[in-house]
Amino acid sequence: MQLGRVTGTVVATVKSEGLEGFKFLVVQPLNKQQEPVGRPVIAADAVYMAGPGELVYFVASREAAEALEPRFVPVDHAIVGIVDQVMT
Amino acid sequence: MKIGRVSGNVVSTINHPFFDGRALMICDILDVDGEPDGYTIAVDTVGAGVGETVLIIDEGNSARQIFGLTTGPIRAVITGIIDSIDTV
Repeated sequence: MQLGRVTGTVVATVKSEGLEGFKFLVVQPLNKQQEPVGRPVIAADAVYMAGPGELVYFVASREAAEALEPRFVPVDHAIVGIVDQVMT
Repeated sequence: MKIGRVSGNVVSTINHPFFDGRALMICDILDVDGEPDGYTIAVDTVGAGVGETVLIIDEGNSARQIFGLTTGPIRAVITGIIDSIDTV
């Protein structure tokens, strides 16, 4: 599970079955120092409250499909929490 | 499993229900020389503190079994506090 910064939103009206009703956000993965690293990903918002600019944490692969209701929605990245603070 | 070192914790009030009441620790993943090589946010199950060397499971099926669940967006779990590592 990694830190990410929400940098935008994605709207896709034509999409696969099962993807309806979910908000898709552009997430830039961050390293531990919260610097951008790697390519942005499109993640479904499993907390239904994340918005651009927010620091979040997200899961990938099967864990992303497990994060949404109903289970096994065909997504490979999902935001599972909004970070209030990282205390190191 | 991986060797990690706890370097802090993530405070989050808005999160997927699975993470309610669970401690989110941000951990360095260590390489063979004990140097940080990437990081992960792991759910703690053994009361690990900052600075401790820990055992991290980083695979969903095992992670869910630790919590006795068949579903859940969980993959990285701190499952032990390492006392010593002897390599030959």
